[in-house]
Amino acid sequence: MTEKPFIDIRHAAKSYGTLEVLKDISLQVQKGQIVAIIGPSGSGKSTLLRAINDLDPLTKGEVWLEDMQVNKPLPPRQYERHINQMRQQIGMVFQHFNLFPHLTVRGNITLAPKMLKKLSDAEANALAERELAHVGMLDRIDYYPSQLSGGQKQRVAIARALAMEPKVMLFDEVTSALDPELVEEVNLAMKKLAEEHMTMIIVTHEMGFAQDVCDRVLFMDQGVVVEEGPPEVIFRTPKHERTKNFLRKHLQGNAQ
Amino acid sequence: MGLDFTIVPSYFTLLLIGSGWTIAITAAAAVLSFVAGILLAVIALYGPALLRYPFRLFAWLFMGTPLLLQLFLIYFGLIQIGIDLPAFVAGVIGLGLHFAVYNSDIIQAGIVAVDRGQYEGARTLGLSRVQTIARIVVPQAVRSVIPPIGNNMIALLKDSALVSVIGVTELTLTAQLAISKTFHPFEFYLAAAACYYLINLVLEAGLRHIERRIQLAR
Ligand SMILES: Nc1ncnc2c1ncn2[C@@H]1O[C@H](COP(=O)(O)OP(=O)(O)OP(=O)(O)O)[C@@H](O)[C@H]1O
Ligand SMILES: [Mg+2]
Repeated sequence: MTEKPFIDIRHAAKSYGTLEVLKDISLQVQKGQIVAIIGPSGSGKSTLLRAINDLDPLTKGEVWLEDMQVNKPLPPRQYERHINQMRQQIGMVFQHFNLFPHLTVRGNITLAPKMLKKLSDAEANALAERELAHVGMLDRIDYYPSQLSGGQKQRVAIARALAMEPKVMLFDEVTSALDPELVEEVNLAMKKLAEEHMTMIIVTHEMGFAQDVCDRVLFMDQGVVVEEGPPEVIFRTPKHERTKNFLRKHLQGNAQ
Repeated sequence: MGLDFTIVPSYFTLLLIGSGWTIAITAAAAVLSFVAGILLAVIALYGPALLRYPFRLFAWLFMGTPLLLQLFLIYFGLIQIGIDLPAFVAGVIGLGLHFAVYNSDIIQAGIVAVDRGQYEGARTLGLSRVQTIARIVVPQAVRSVIPPIGNNMIALLKDSALVSVIGVTELTLTAQLAISKTFHPFEFYLAAAACYYLINLVLEAGLRHIERRIQLAR
């Protein structure tokens, strides 16, 4: 890889007390690349993802987005301003949606663009409509989250993140809390983003989806990246015993 | 002296004016108690220690002493240090701050109960801590505690009778005025009770309306 990485994680380490959750992880992602992170529960996938926008600060190491260091050492006040700027460029979607229940779909999407980018009501509305159309949710623009299904909520959450026009999107098991029949609509929205060459890092338990959509797959276990490569290599001919075990269990689980 | 309810209608206007003042003082104190309650809750949970401790003392004073005494202190006591408030204003401040402390407790519980994911969701979009608290956490907390706050507002309406002692001509005081002229306490206290009851009904209907309106938005 000669190209300058878009996202550059350098020697990331994280401990809770004596528990080392991330152990010296380095990861480069190119612009437009789609990376899946798989691995057993507790292996540190969420922690790594949440370190990228500093939701879970690293104990050691650096995170870079293009030529900006996300976790730049700064005095608290300056850091707050800096990280709020950085986070506007890093979209994130959570397992449990985290939609704002007191706002309509429109309110959820327009809030941050209006507050942070000073868009007018008309501009923000046009933006909301565009992003909702993108995930097939335009007809629910005036609904409250409590009136939506899980799959619909998650698509709105994706639209909300996209409305900030981020450079990269982070997904943390966004279909894990959904009823099986609602998974596909969310996967479709993500596939569409993939086709538009959004840079994405996707933590997932769905091996099929990772195989279909991603350029690279990382297998994590106990705070390290055990193995990584193109999906056809990781899924068909994994080298490490831990990867093989994990995939064996997981593919079996999926077959049931 | 026998009971004679026929004299009540001739004091109808007086009781109506009294009801008007009761509604006015309750409404003004309710708004103050709500806004100040939110402020106190936010300071108690997020404020710097420099603010938190004086406010805790303030809260303790308003919870640990009788409302009647607080009204006397604000209306009669403050004059001594050069603050001469009209009775109505003193009443609003006394009632408002007293109930603000109770509302603050409820709102604090509401804030603590807001899901952590809401905070993360907002911060992830780039909102600052203050923006997140103001636009996401507090509005949700307040919506979730409307029923207990509503109960406080009903208590506030009833306790507004206490401001009669500092001379606000609200419902209880107008009833007393009518009694001093007619010597028919039973009829007029009962008439005042009926007025309180009617105002209460309207207040409760209003609260139910608010609860219905925010039902979806939670
Ligand atoms: N706030 C915390 N305090 C202490 N330990 C934590 C904390 N958050 C996470 N951990 C621990 O860090 C480890 C990694 O957690 P993480 O959530 O990153 O795992 P994961 O790979 O995302 O798992 P899952 O597939 O279950 O989501 C786990 O052992 C977890 O118990
Ligand atoms: Mg996780």
